[in-house]
Amino acid sequence: MSVLDDLAVKAGDDDVVCGVPARFVAAPASTEEAAALIAAARDLTVVIRGGGTKLQYGPPPRDLDLIIDTRRLAGVVEHAAGDLITVARAGTPMADLHALPGQQLALDAPPTATAGGAVSANASGPRRLRYGTARDLLIGVTVVRPDGRIARAGGKVVKNVAGYDLGKLYTGAQGTLGLITECVFRLHPVPLDTAFVRATAPPTAVAKILAAQLAPSAVEIDAGPGAPPEIAVLVEGTEQGVRDRAATLARLLDGEVTDLPPSWWDTPPWPPGGLGLKLTGVLSAVPALVEAVTAAGGTVRGAAATGVLHAGFPAGAPAGIPEIVDGLRAAATRAGGHAVVLTAPGEVSDGLDMWGPVPGLELMRRVKDQFDPDHRFAPGRFVGGI
Amino acid sequence: MSIDALAVRLRAEMSPDQVLTDRQQLRTYECDGLAHYRVIPALVALPHTAGEVAAVVRACAEAGVPFVARGSGTGLSGGALPHAAGVLIVTSQLREILSLRPEDERAVVQPGVVNLQVSTVSKEHGYYYAPDPSSQQICSIGGNVAENAGGAHCLKYGFTTNHVTGLEVVTPDGDLVRLGGAAPDTPGYDLLGAFVGSEGTLGVATEVTVRLTRLPETVRTLLAAFHGTDQAGAATSAIIAAGVVPAAIEMMDALSIEAAEAAVHCGYPAGAGAVLIVELDGPSAEVAAQFDEVSRLCAENGAFETRVAADDDERQLIWRGRKSAFAAVGRISPDYIVQDGVIPRTALPEVLRRIDEVASSHGVRVANVFHAGDGNLHPLVLFDARVRGEEDRAETVSGAIIDLCIEYGGSITGEHGVGVEKAHYMPRMFSDTDLDTMQLVRCAFDPGGLANPGKIFPTPRLCGERPGRRSGPHPLQESGVAEIF
Repeated sequence: MSVLDDLAVKAGDDDVVCGVPARFVAAPASTEEAAALIAAARDLTVVIRGGGTKLQYGPPPRDLDLIIDTRRLAGVVEHAAGDLITVARAGTPMADLHALPGQQLALDAPPTATAGGAVSANASGPRRLRYGTARDLLIGVTVVRPDGRIARAGGKVVKNVAGYDLGKLYTGAQGTLGLITECVFRLHPVPLDTAFVRATAPPTAVAKILAAQLAPSAVEIDAGPGAPPEIAVLVEGTEQGVRDRAATLARLLDGEVTDLPPSWWDTPPWPPGGLGLKLTGVLSAVPALVEAVTAAGGTVRGAAATGVLHAGFPAGAPAGIPEIVDGLRAAATRAGGHAVVLTAPGEVSDGLDMWGPVPGLELMRRVKDQFDPDHRFAPGRFVGGI
Repeated sequence: MSIDALAVRLRAEMSPDQVLTDRQQLRTYECDGLAHYRVIPALVALPHTAGEVAAVVRACAEAGVPFVARGSGTGLSGGALPHAAGVLIVTSQLREILSLRPEDERAVVQPGVVNLQVSTVSKEHGYYYAPDPSSQQICSIGGNVAENAGGAHCLKYGFTTNHVTGLEVVTPDGDLVRLGGAAPDTPGYDLLGAFVGSEGTLGVATEVTVRLTRLPETVRTLLAAFHGTDQAGAATSAIIAAGVVPAAIEMMDALSIEAAEAAVHCGYPAGAGAVLIVELDGPSAEVAAQFDEVSRLCAENGAFETRVAADDDERQLIWRGRKSAFAAVGRISPDYIVQDGVIPRTALPEVLRRIDEVASSHGVRVANVFHAGDGNLHPLVLFDARVRGEEDRAETVSGAIIDLCIEYGGSITGEHGVGVEKAHYMPRMFSDTDLDTMQLVRCAFDPGGLANPGKIFPTPRLCGERPGRRSGPHPLQESGVAEIF
């Protein structure tokens, strides 16, 4: 009996990726087991599933035999507090990594998302302003390649330039280059104190915040049609420092200091079944991006001081969606960035160009061909049909 | 195509004075900062534009000639060591700052621009370029990208890879391609992340978009003197454990202090067995609170004297000793090897003791200068090449230090790169499959294996073939570019 027979079970009603049902599901419990499974599944098409929080983003797989579920591949292997690093299996819930004793993985992702999923989907949130994103926090990675071989890159020290930094390649690769089984992350101390400053203010206020010497950890904006835009700022540090900086910010923005974030903080601006996009641009173009979304009738939200926003439009009237996407893509291009459709109502997602122009696409195809020559891992779910 | 024919073609495509083939002129470029490795290239090209870089690479690709890119040539692992049968592409003529946009926190620069220059021009707008390798007054941004250069302040601010958002590169086929951009999170694979630190093996960067960082409101620098490295190491651990992330924590041991005093008279406290330089920066209110904490932790861990820089001049004086340390060692030893390895910072005292044991047992002196905050050691292994056997003993000790770094779960290089110097150590840190996987990327970019061959990887992978399924010699092997052992 092969590993495949051992581990794979018949897929159930919920084992569906963007409308495509899988035939089997397997949940390996170790890197070695995952390697044996993938080696045995070399004729099968595969989609990897973590917490499933972003599984339905992007286009459907062209073909789907096997879902590899990482939920048994869980647990913090090591937390070296003095070295500010942790080693976590891919299926470890982010909730566990957000609350290590005295320290945290400062990567915003839903608590039920997994470490491997957050890396693969390149999840990020408000605190990316201060702490960066998965590419900045992942310092080592173990992967099972599509040919079933186990490969590591990076290590357990933050400063390391030995060999190619493959962790960055796997970050955001959406499981198209293999299965991440273990991650090593750089950690940060839990701040002694935090405060939020909230204000009704135009997006141009973001430049004022950055010009002041207040070192915010996050600057978020929320704007929708017919309502004045709101800005919320997170300040972290020592008790006295946070109090002083928050007070200065409140004066600067004519806002108020609060202990808790606004309800919209780190939540997507689209309703279930709606249209959701990620918009990027240079900082000076953020006001124009905000205006483009609200003018099109959408809600825009995100890390305004990093140039990364999300736009949401309600479900219904799908006929207008291609025009909305085209309009926002043009705005993002003018802003020096990109407009990527994360989720769209099923009936329009088929014909929609999710990514728009992607620089370096030919090299990306060559990378995919090297790692997964038979195109078995998440076929069709990535840029350019990769 | 012969080198002569290549020279004719390149002289026609650029201007004749941009192509060097005279042996005396070529010798200028025979080494980088790792000066005991020397190879005279067959041809040196001095392109002035990205288009000319592409033309040179395309000519190399068509002729099957290997090429190596070189910035200012300050690298310490031989990454820019020329190939005897190849072309050396020197990017120092591409030295314009193409745009400076503080409002976007970005600058776009050509690869030959000197690191420090980016900060100098940004300063008046209240910004700077954070990565600060010790050679920042001469090293180029293109070289920084190739090596993923670090510096004293990467403890808080990260490395080159965290500060480059976009590149224009010439691929080994000779195509100009953009990776990343001015905005974050470009869709698709993070090829930018793979390219930074690839030591010239994936192509040549011709334009670099860098992130500018806001100048901190306050910078405070403290020098603490200890009786020994154990105490200084314990103080470092205590600072990190307290949740403080200083901009830099640097350590020097007695021998490196002695050298620095001899060279630059930095006036460090007499009798110190180790000094720590701790720099904090950020909003004034935060820095004040953290500074008190750091001072207290140093005292608790045995600091017998603490000095605080009162102004910029005093800060420069404190840093002068540290920044001059490599060169200063020349005052106390005719020759030395600069090592670069990383250990988990908590292992610092133990590893230093073991380095001391190894050095003593071989009768070799080792001066330790390092980025203590991130566990990046720079032991300077001293020897006198005129004394028979000393160089070999120094090499042995230097290698043993790298083995210690691997044993303690660290890395064979924190910022100097693998280059030619450490390619043979790669299999000690990585498995065959790990190295094979890195070379999948190499094969995607450079199936012909012409971009800086012989660096990073001890044995090249044969591209386009699955392992164990090929027969007959590979074209690279036949053409003499690669050897298979």
